[in-house]
Order: sequence, then structure tokens, then C-alpha cells
Amino acid sequence: MALDEERGSADEAGRRQTDIPGMVSAEVDSDTPVDLDVPPELTGSLGEYARSLGKKIRSGESGVLPVLGGLILLVIVFQVQDSVFLSSGNLVNLLVQGSVFVLLGMAEIWVLVLGEIDLSVGFVAGVGATITAILSTTHGLPWWVAILGGVATTAAVGALWGALVVIFRLPSFVVTLAGLLGMEGVLLYLVNGNGTGGTIRITDPVLNDLANGNMSTTAGWIVMIASVALVGAVTFLRDRHRRINGLVAPPIAVSVLKVVAMAAAGVGLVLVCNTNRGALIPVQGVPYVVLIVVGIMAVWTLLLGRTRFGRYLYAIGNNAEAARRAGISLGWNKLWAFTLTGLTAGIAGVVYASRLGSISSNIDGGTLVLYAVASAVIGGASLFGGRGKMVYALLGGLVIATIYNGMGLLGLAAAYQYMVTALVLLAAVTIDSLARRGRTTGD
Amino acid sequence: MSVVAEGRATGGSGGAGGPLLALRGISKHFGAVRALNHVDLDVPAGQVTALVGDNGAGKSVLIKTVSGIWPPTGGEIRWDGNRVDIGTPKAADHLGIATMYQDLALCDNLDIVQNMFLGHEALSHRLLDETRMEITAKQTLADLSVTTVQSVRQLVGSLSGGQRQSVAVARAVMRDARLVIMDEPTAALGVTQTALVLELIKTLGARGIAVIVISHNLNDVFEVADRLAVLYLGRLVSSGPVAEYDRQRTVELITTGRSADDPPAGPATTDTEA
Repeated sequence: MALDEERGSADEAGRRQTDIPGMVSAEVDSDTPVDLDVPPELTGSLGEYARSLGKKIRSGESGVLPVLGGLILLVIVFQVQDSVFLSSGNLVNLLVQGSVFVLLGMAEIWVLVLGEIDLSVGFVAGVGATITAILSTTHGLPWWVAILGGVATTAAVGALWGALVVIFRLPSFVVTLAGLLGMEGVLLYLVNGNGTGGTIRITDPVLNDLANGNMSTTAGWIVMIASVALVGAVTFLRDRHRRINGLVAPPIAVSVLKVVAMAAAGVGLVLVCNTNRGALIPVQGVPYVVLIVVGIMAVWTLLLGRTRFGRYLYAIGNNAEAARRAGISLGWNKLWAFTLTGLTAGIAGVVYASRLGSISSNIDGGTLVLYAVASAVIGGASLFGGRGKMVYALLGGLVIATIYNGMGLLGLAAAYQYMVTALVLLAAVTIDSLARRGRTTGD
Repeated sequence: MSVVAEGRATGGSGGAGGPLLALRGISKHFGAVRALNHVDLDVPAGQVTALVGDNGAGKSVLIKTVSGIWPPTGGEIRWDGNRVDIGTPKAADHLGIATMYQDLALCDNLDIVQNMFLGHEALSHRLLDETRMEITAKQTLADLSVTTVQSVRQLVGSLSGGQRQSVAVARAVMRDARLVIMDEPTAALGVTQTALVLELIKTLGARGIAVIVISHNLNDVFEVADRLAVLYLGRLVSSGPVAEYDRQRTVELITTGRSADDPPAGPATTDTEA
């Protein structure tokens, strides 16, 4: 506190100085180092970019770098402990395991950005999966009707939570805590009511292939190359558009490096997935679920980052009253965010059931929701609202899947998995908090 | 100044020379507290109306009522001579009212451009047109001579108090508004920038836009205002062309609610303790 006060008075001194005529253009508040805050992507050259990025990291805007570093560290530890970890078969398994965490994490991002939370996503996912299974297996409807039915239901459930939060101004924590209990009840009711002994099997081949099927090796390459080409084209066209309009664009070298890094990651992914990982019969190719996760992430990123709706969620999450005064409807935007959370949770549920080949009344929706929140927060989202991106859920979800998978390989009991995950979560928020202490917050 | 030229022709006040905004008997109560008591005020287009009064006189409450932050408890608001309900900020926005609030109402997690366009984002193909917004924002800030900002893509949370205020002022004047309301627009600004903002306020008035300015600084008030309105404990005790006021009389009105020059200063004041 004492430090803060000192800072405040220094600030005022800095400003008083500007009351001297002619001094305004020289306004330099010694402790609000403005030049730190030029986004690195808007610097002129590669060297400046690196310097600006370095400053940004030191000032606490480290972005995804800590979690990336942590992920690499985890991978090294597990590989040293057990050389199977980096085998093609295990890595693909890890990706499929992680897909549910990533999807649930992305579901959670929608409400976290608002400063809200949804504790029900685990069991909402379970209900979505159950409805899909009942429609497909029990009623023999086509796979896409089954998915649509399941996901539409979870979206409606999300909308219900949103409506309760908006209309009655209830805290989302309590509404969705009730939702967690209520949806577990609905799940038990549906599964037990199906009369198949607490488990509904997924028999439709397409539904089973969502998590267990693979693209052909050629298709994997084509999709990867097309994706990288698309991102590359968008990046360069956008930079060019900015330059033509006289705005600062990232240095070409940086854009090239980014696209090259992405291409390298893509090539690595496809190479690993296309390696034969079958024991008796050949199994190879990129799992469809990877495509599902990446596709949803792309669409959600566009919606959150490049539309008015997404922009309003960030504004509401940081300063709801300012958003309201800017004419933004708090109610509708919150309602849509909760709906998207439910919808994404439903997709996660379908993938979950597909991976297990069934949905049972034993689904641990309580643990799933904690993993979902942990994914988002480990990735860098804030529980206090205003900060979060879809890619955070991807990275955080991969961290959790890596721990889950690696400790499983080492034959460690679930007890250790939970404890290590807890430590990683604590480490993530601690690093974030420490880093942010160096962050300039203006006054 | 080209900041203002950006806006489309804003037209004169409607209704044959009547005021653009007319408040009639506006009251605002918060529980037992009567923050505003039967306020009548005319705000003509093309003129700068300065709203003055001591702390707690109800200045901010009045402009928040006009900006749709909350509906008034009683009275009516006329816009172009027609009765209107301004119950929400959106309604005020649709009428063409742009407000710079005393607390600035900025989002720290958004950058300067994003804050300046909040609620009015430019779109192309249904996606945000960041390039167009950035160009306009840069131009507006340049016209306001905001030179201390390194990049318009800085987060507002990283700005100093003066810079934040500049962003809030720029946001209010950038819009294609018919009434611009500014609550203490120069409180955190240095001398040069204060002069620029005052100049800008005069320019807005000269272009046919109605302006309401709240300020504690009587130097600023007498420099820019065409009209003066004095609030005292929630009542409008005096209003009129600025020529009718001098510093002495204004200070008397602000501090006591009455002036030696005009004995009957309005309705009895005994029932309105703040």
C-alpha cells in the first residue's frame, strides 16, 4: 500500500509539472513508461519488435509464453521419465484426451471474459452427450440429427442460466452451481430412464469416428497446408492493407516467422499423426477430433476477437457501467455468451461420449468443470473478467492433458494427478499475478 | 477543426429556433435524497451552455439524466420541441447525445481505438474494420494535439490521467452528435491541452452543435460559455446568456443560491437540504 501511495504522489508531481506552459509535449510521467506499451506487432523492424516484446514480457504482458514454456518443460520431464511419452501413439492419444478439456475450456472462456463463471459445463456436456446417444442409438436417428438435438439442448440450457443471471441479477456462481446439481439429476434421469443399465452405447459409426476415426494421410496434409495457407494469406493481406492506409504493420520478417512457425507445427502434427501407430493393423492419420477442435477454435476466435459481440464481452467484463453508457446491451450480450458456453459444452460432451463409445451415469462432471476452468486459467484467462482468448483454453487444456497422460504412463495414481494439476494451476495464477505486479496500470 | 468536420452536417436546432433540448420540471430523487428539484433548462443548438454549481449541487446528476443513465423521477425532456423519454444510454445515443463522463467510463483492458469506438464500431463484412477505426482515431487525437500517446493501440489501462481524459474527450467529439455533454473535460489536462479542448468546445458550438460543459474553473467557463446555468442544492437558481453574469455574481449564486443583484432567486429553498 505504501508503495502505491508513493507512486500516486509521484504521478501527481509528474502532472503538475505539465502545468508549466510549453512543457506539455514533454509530459513524461517517470513511472508510467509509455514506450513500454507500444504493442510489439506495431513496431517497425525485427530488432525493435524483439526489444518491444522483451519489454512487454518484463512488464507483465507475457501472453502465452509462460504456459508454452511450462508445456515444453512438462513434455521434457515426462519424456525423460518414460520414453514412450513422445511416441506417435501416445501423442495422438494425448491430443484426443485433451480435446475434451480444450473444448470445455473454450466453453468457459465465453463467460470468464464477462467476469462470470459456469460451474455446470461438465454435466451439461454429459446431458448433451446423453441426448445425442439416445437420439442416435435408442431412436435410430441420423448422426447429425442426434448431434443437433444434443447441442441445441445444451445451448438452451446455457441460455437458461444466462436468462436467470440477467433477469433476476443472480450471481452466475450460484445459478450454475444449482445447474451442476440439477444437470447431474437430469443426466441420471435420462440415462437410467433409457433402460440400458446406466450406460448408453454409441453405435453410429460416424459418431464413434468423431474421436476415434482418422483422416487419410493425404487428407491430413491437404487440410493442414490449406489451413496454413489461409492464415498466411490473411496475415499478409491484413498487414498490406494496414501499410496501404498508412498504419504501422508488423515487420514482414515477424509475419514470415509466425507463419513459418505455424507451418512447422502443422507439419510436425501431421507427421506424428501419419506415422503408423497400430500394433497389428496399421493405424495412421490425423484424428477428426483435432480438426473439430481447431475448426471450433477458429470460428470462436473470429467471433470473440473480430466482431462487435466479442468486443462488447471484453468491455462488459472490464467495466460493465462504461459498456452500458456506451449503449451496449448488457443483458443480450450476457445471454448470448452463456448460450455459447452451453453450445460449446454440448460439443465437448459429444466428443467425450464418442471417445468412450458410450455415455454413462458415472461421468464425473464435477471434475470436468474444474478442469475446464483450470484449462482457461492456466492458459491465461482472468477469473475477474476482461481477459481471455480461445487459444488460452487450447494451451491450458494441453497442459492438463499432458499431466493426465504423462502421470498415467508413469503408473501414478489419480491422487498424484490431482495434486500435480493443483500445483500447476497455482503456479499459473501465481506467475500471472507476479508478472502483473510489474505491469503499469496507469492511475 | 477537422475533428468536428468529420461529422456529417448536424443541422440547426429543429422547431423554428426553439432550444434543441428543453428540460421542464426535471426531478431526480434517490430515496429520500432530492438530487434534482424541478429543473427547467433550455439548451439551444450552436451554443455552449456552462453548468456550474458547488459540489453536490446536482450537475452530474443532471447530465446523467439527460444521457439516459437513469430516468428522471419527474418532469419532461423535450428534444426539438417533442417530448422524449431518455431512459437508456442507447436512447440518448439515438437522439445524437454524446457524453464525456467525469469518471471517463473507459475500459482499461481495451486499447485507445477500441475505447473511442466502443458501441459505434466500424464494420466491414460484419467484422470489425480495425483499419478504418484506427485511421479515424489517430486523426481525431492528432487534431486534439494528443502527442504524448505513443500508439493508439496502447491499452487505456496503461495511460496517465491526462491521456485518459484526452481519450474520453476525443471519443465524445468524434461522434456525429447534435448535443455534446462534457463533465469536467479539462480537470486532468495541462495548460496547452486545456486551451485546445476549450478551443474545440467553441468550435463545436460554432458548427451548430449544442454543448453542455460542467466545470469548476470559472476562467474556463467565461472563456467558452454562451450561456450559464447555476445549480444550487438540486435547483436551477439562475440561467441565461453569459453576458448577464460577472464573476462576482456567479460566485454568489454558486455558494449561496442567490445574488444581491436579483433578490427573488426562485422558489423557497427550505425544503431542499441535499
